[in-house]
Amino acid sequence: MGIELAASSLLEGLVQQVVTGLATGAVYASLALALVLVFRSMHALNFAQGEMAMFGTFIAWTLITQLHVNYYLAFGLTIAISMAGGVAIERVIIRPVERAPALTVVLVTLGLFFVVNGAAGLIWGYVVKAFPGPPGFPQAPVAVAGVSIGVQDLFLIAVTLVLLAALYAFFRFTRLGLAMRAAALYPETSRLLGVHTGRMLALGWGLAAGVGAVSGMLIAPIEFLDPNLMQPVLLYALASAVLGGIENPAGAVVGGFVVGVMLALIGTYVPGARDLRLAFGLVIIVAVLLVRPAGLLGRPHVARV
Amino acid sequence: MILGIDRRTWAVAAALLLLALLAPLFVLDRFNTLQFARVWIFAIALIGLNVLTGYSGQVSLGNGAFMAIGGYTTAILYWKLRIPYGWTILPAGLLAGLAGYLFGFPALKLSGLYLALATFALALATPPVIKAMGPLTGGHEGIVLPQALAPVGLDLTNEQWLYYLALAIAVALFLFGRAMLGGGTGRALRAIRDGETAASASGISLTYYKTLAFGVSAFYAGVAGSLDTTLTAYVNPDAFDLPLSLALLVGAVVGGLGTLGGPVLGATFIVWLPIYAQRIFSRPDISYGVILILVMFLVPQGIAGGALRLLAWRRRRAGGRPAPDPEPAPVAGPEAGAGSR
Repeated sequence: MGIELAASSLLEGLVQQVVTGLATGAVYASLALALVLVFRSMHALNFAQGEMAMFGTFIAWTLITQLHVNYYLAFGLTIAISMAGGVAIERVIIRPVERAPALTVVLVTLGLFFVVNGAAGLIWGYVVKAFPGPPGFPQAPVAVAGVSIGVQDLFLIAVTLVLLAALYAFFRFTRLGLAMRAAALYPETSRLLGVHTGRMLALGWGLAAGVGAVSGMLIAPIEFLDPNLMQPVLLYALASAVLGGIENPAGAVVGGFVVGVMLALIGTYVPGARDLRLAFGLVIIVAVLLVRPAGLLGRPHVARV
Repeated sequence: MILGIDRRTWAVAAALLLLALLAPLFVLDRFNTLQFARVWIFAIALIGLNVLTGYSGQVSLGNGAFMAIGGYTTAILYWKLRIPYGWTILPAGLLAGLAGYLFGFPALKLSGLYLALATFALALATPPVIKAMGPLTGGHEGIVLPQALAPVGLDLTNEQWLYYLALAIAVALFLFGRAMLGGGTGRALRAIRDGETAASASGISLTYYKTLAFGVSAFYAGVAGSLDTTLTAYVNPDAFDLPLSLALLVGAVVGGLGTLGGPVLGATFIVWLPIYAQRIFSRPDISYGVILILVMFLVPQGIAGGALRLLAWRRRRAGGRPAPDPEPAPVAGPEAGAGSR
């Protein structure tokens, strides 16, 4: 009897950790989605993606706690503002180096990383701030078949899945989505056929910024909000994107969930590993790049030399 | 022409060295002496990064991790074994170099963007790893060390002693780097940077040279980390965070990748910019970012690369002898892009 009890509570604990892992994984997934959107459109990584998300989260914080805007309205407004910001950043900062080697773009996004991080510190300061969770979703967990599950955790997972579905529908069923895919895959041909590839690129950055801001708003109630909020999240998001296949949005989301669950389990069951989670992110990235560079769902690149 | 350098370059180099030797005795106060000592220390780290990124074309956003190995080697050797600082510099460099050499093997399989990604993760993971090794590294608190003292008998203040130590090592390592890059190794590295397939078809071993570049680069970073720890007499994990690694790359790029003078300019930039920027903004981040972006827009070859181009252009216009090709490195060779649009 005693053993059965211990076994069942062990199982409950395990399920609980998996749910928690899926919830934080949803955050990594949404930022990974943002990274993938930029990578697909210009074959470059935006190292400032996390900082842009952090900036958007501060805007949401200002709207909600300072201007007393309704949480869900503020959520939508922040996505819209972030998208506009993403488009503007692409037009002003990325466009001049659009055709430069990939490393130049990386360095420019690193410059952006410094600027956005410093600007947030200048505007909002470095004192950590509490960020509200979604109203209507109780803080207290509910018990499902003996396992207590955080309702807010379910909110995180649901938002990320909705985000993925919306992006899928957009790319699959709208003319604009089709034009964006074409511009990313065959820029020359698309231009000849009348697609404004530059505008598509700006739109890609806008979408990415909006999706990124969602990840910031999702993680902020769990961690506290400060200008360095997104740096660890960016590392896990990079690991997720690489794991899922850096060009595949669905892969990024799957990768995010996998990384989230793995980190939760390792943090709980491996003694002393909690502090080493960032190192674990590094291990995932290097291991995937060495063993299967295309990721779980990606297709390997074949190049002729 | 002496040793392949024209007379004017010799004169400029000698004058600058003389200035560097005399400045702390006559011009610089204690604070400025220490800051310029840090310029030499960062110049060492940047020469190393330049070998890796500027010459072999492998991007590292994580050389701060190798500085951490060097810095902690010095601190731990003193803390646990009471080995004087001076004797720890070489082991610090060698240990960091070994770590870099080993990191170079997985890095072989990562091209351009993916290497940037992996080294970025390395930089982010460094402080937590140090913190997790508490008994060896002192964990969160770090290790407090006694101030380095000038040797008895030398009529120097402690700051001046540290300054000359850093300068001497920087000059020695500059000359070593120059000799290496000027010879066959440098040619092989540049060939790899400009086209891996062609280089390996010409019989250049990619494995040998690329891991060598990683090892040399990490050795320089380790020596710099060791000297920096000696200078501040303190190490803590958060000193080796992502901004340090990024500052190194900013310095290398702003100074000029693939040029010999670039690292010194870049080091001056990353040591002094924060000091001035703090008078304008509370933190240096914004000015780092703005300057990095502007440099990428306007002079992607960096200050030294841009200046070399300007000199070559003026000599061509003057119609004199054709100047030797300055070879300012493109910021990324054709191989660096994960895929070009």
